[in-house]
Amino acid sequence: MRKFLAIFLVLALALTTMVGCGGGAEGENGGGNVSEEDVTTIGFLYIGPVTDGGYNQAQHQGTKAVEEHFGGKVKILYAENVSEEKQAVKTNAINMIDNGADIIIATSFGHMDGMEELAEEYQDKYFLHFSGYKMNDTNFGNYFGAMEEARYLSGIVAGMMTETNKLGYVAAYPYTEVLIGINSFYLGAKSVNPDVTMNVVYINSWGDAALEQSAAESLLAMGCDVLTQHADTSAAQLAAEDAGCYAVGYNMDNSKVAPGSFLTAPIWHHEAYLIPTIEKMIAGEYVPESYYGTMADGYLGLAPLTDLVPEEVKAKVEEVKAQILAGDFPIFVGPLNDNQGNEVVADGDALLTRDEIWSMEFILEGITAIE
Amino acid sequence: MNIISISKREDLPQKKEWLIRALAVALSIVCAGLVIRILGYNPLQVIPSMVSGAVGTEIRLQQTILKAIPLVVTSLGILVAFKMKFWNIGGEGQIIMGALGASYVALNIEGLPKFATLILMMIAAMILGGFWAFIPAFFKAKMGVNETIFTLMLNYIAIKFVTYLQYGPWKSPDSQGFPKVATFSNNAILPKLFGIHIGWIIALVLVVLVHLFINHTKKGYEITVVGESQETARYAGMNISQIIIVATLISGGLCGLTGMIQASAVEKTLSATLSGGYGFTAIITAWFARLNAIAVLFVCIAFAILLQGGAYIQISMQIPASVADMIQGIILFFVLGSEFFLQYRVNINRKRLNAKEVA
Repeated sequence: MRKFLAIFLVLALALTTMVGCGGGAEGENGGGNVSEEDVTTIGFLYIGPVTDGGYNQAQHQGTKAVEEHFGGKVKILYAENVSEEKQAVKTNAINMIDNGADIIIATSFGHMDGMEELAEEYQDKYFLHFSGYKMNDTNFGNYFGAMEEARYLSGIVAGMMTETNKLGYVAAYPYTEVLIGINSFYLGAKSVNPDVTMNVVYINSWGDAALEQSAAESLLAMGCDVLTQHADTSAAQLAAEDAGCYAVGYNMDNSKVAPGSFLTAPIWHHEAYLIPTIEKMIAGEYVPESYYGTMADGYLGLAPLTDLVPEEVKAKVEEVKAQILAGDFPIFVGPLNDNQGNEVVADGDALLTRDEIWSMEFILEGITAIE
Repeated sequence: MNIISISKREDLPQKKEWLIRALAVALSIVCAGLVIRILGYNPLQVIPSMVSGAVGTEIRLQQTILKAIPLVVTSLGILVAFKMKFWNIGGEGQIIMGALGASYVALNIEGLPKFATLILMMIAAMILGGFWAFIPAFFKAKMGVNETIFTLMLNYIAIKFVTYLQYGPWKSPDSQGFPKVATFSNNAILPKLFGIHIGWIIALVLVVLVHLFINHTKKGYEITVVGESQETARYAGMNISQIIIVATLISGGLCGLTGMIQASAVEKTLSATLSGGYGFTAIITAWFARLNAIAVLFVCIAFAILLQGGAYIQISMQIPASVADMIQGIILFFVLGSEFFLQYRVNINRKRLNAKEVA
C-alpha cells in the first residue's frame, strides 16, 4: 500500500507543476472590444493539411485573408484532413456548429453530399461548398470558377517552353472538372506549338504526395519535359526540379518551393468571393447561388511568371490574357476532335456557356491518358 | 534465476485491480498533460475540454454514440471469434463486404416496403460478411491454414473489389465521372430514434444476444471450450470443424452488419473507405473488454468518447489532428499496459539482488 501512496504523491506533485505552468493562456477568446454576440464564427473544412504546398494551403490563405479583412468580427475555425466520407464531414461540421459556427464552408468536391444533409438539418446556418453542384433556395450555395482561362494561359507557357514537345499532366480523377483543366491546358500549349502532345496519369486521389511523385516520375520517364498537375501538393514540381525539367503548378505560387522548375501556376483568389459573400451572410441578405468566377472578376489568375520564363513567352501570355480579361476569348473553339477520333466541337462552333463546358466528357486528340 | 521474473497472477483482489486501473488512467493523463504542455497548449484546458467535448451537450453525446455503434457491433463480432482463439483480423473486409451486400439490395431491389428492404439489406450484409469470414474458417478447419494472415489479406481483396465497383460498373451515372456509387433511396435508410439512427438499438440488442449466446447456450459453451483447448473439445466428442465454422460465420456476419449500418444510416451509399478502421479498432476494444459482451458496451463507449473528444478539441481549441491522435495514443498505451499488470506479477528477486551486493 505504501508503494501506491508514493506513486500518488508523485502524481499529485506533477499535476501541481502543470497547474503552475498552465497560467498564461487564459482569456484567449476575449481579444478586442467586440462582444461575443457580434462575432460570426465560420468553420472551414479542408481535405488535407494546410501546409501541403498546394490546394489546401491556398484555401487556407483565402481563409486567412477573410479573417484579416473582418478583424475581430469573425472567428475562424478549421479542420484539416476531413475525408470525403459523410461521417467525417458531418462530425467536423457539427462540432463546429456546437462551437458557435454560423457558417460552414467545405472545400472538397466529395464533401458535397454531407453538406447537403447538414443544410437540411441545420436550417438556421449557412453552408457554402467549393466545387460542387448542389444547392438549395435558403441556406446552401456553391462557388467555383472558370479555371479553364488560367489553365489555358499556363498551357501557353508550357507549350513554348517544352523542347521534347511532350507535356505531362498528373491528374486526380477522370472527372469533368479535371477534364476541363486537362483540355484547356493542352489547347493553350497547342495554340503556340502545333506539334505538342501530352500524357496524363490519373492518381485517383485529390492529393497524395507519394502518388503524385510517382506519377510525375513516370511522366518524366516517358520524355515529358514540362509537367503540370491537378492534384493537391507540390510533389510534381519537386520531381521536375530533380529531373532538371520545368513545371507549371496549380493553386499556389511555388516559386520558392521549387525555384529550379516552377514557371507559373493557375491560382485561386478565394477571398475575392468569400469576403463579399460572408458580408451578405452576416447581414442576413445572402441568397444561395452557384457562383462561377472568372479572371475578369479577380477570382482566379496566374501566378507571376518566374525568371525561368523568357520575355517573348511573357509577352505572348500578356497578349492572350488581355483578350480573356476583355471577355472575348472562348477557350474551346472548334473544330475539336477527342482522342478517339470523334468530332466533339464542330468547325465554327464553340463551348461558350458554363453548362456547355461542364458537360465535357472527352479528352482531346493529342492527349494520351493512363488510368 | 533471474532478477526479474514474471508470473501469472491468480487472485488479485478486486479493490487492488481497480486501484491499478485508476493509477493507469491518472498516469496517462499526467503524461498526456506533460506532452500537451511541451507542445505549448494548456493541459488544464485541453483534457477537460476533451471530456466535455464528448459528453457535454446533447449534440456531442449524439456524436459519441454515433461512433460507438459500429464499434460495439464489430467488437461483438470479433469477440465471438476470439473467444475460440480464432484470430479474426479481417473485420475491415467483412464490414466492407457487408456494406456491399446491403448496397446491392438497396440499389437493385425496388418496390418492397421500407421495413422489408431494411431486413433484406441486413440479411444480405450478414451473409456476405459471414461468407468473407467463412473462407479462412473453412481452410483453418479443413487444412489448418493460419487464419491471422488469411483474414488480414482478405481485407485488401474486399477493399479493392469495392474500389473496382466504385470506379467501374457501380459508378453513378449522375456523378459527372467522379467515382461514386449512387446514393440510396429513402427506403434503404435506417430510421432515427431520439436523433440517432436506430443502429444503437440494434447494438444494445446484440450485446444482450451475444452475452446470452456465449454464456447460456450449448454452442456458446462449445466455442469457449474449443478456445481453451482443442484437445478437451475433441475428447468431449465435439465437432471442432463445425464449431469453428459456425463461430466465424457469426463473427463475420456481425461485422457485415456493421457495414450495413454504416452504409445505410451514415454514408447512405457504398464506398471503399466506409469501414473507417473500425475492424481494427474493434480488436482493441474486444480484447480490452476481456471478451465479455457486456464489458464491450462500456469499453466501446469509452473509446468513442476518446474519438469524439479528440475530434472536438481539434475544432474548439484548433489543435492539430496529430496532437489529438497522440493524446489518444498515450491514454491507450497506459490503459492497455495496465492490463498486463492486472494479469501478471513482476517479481524482483530481492535475495539475489542482495547477494550480488554482498559479492
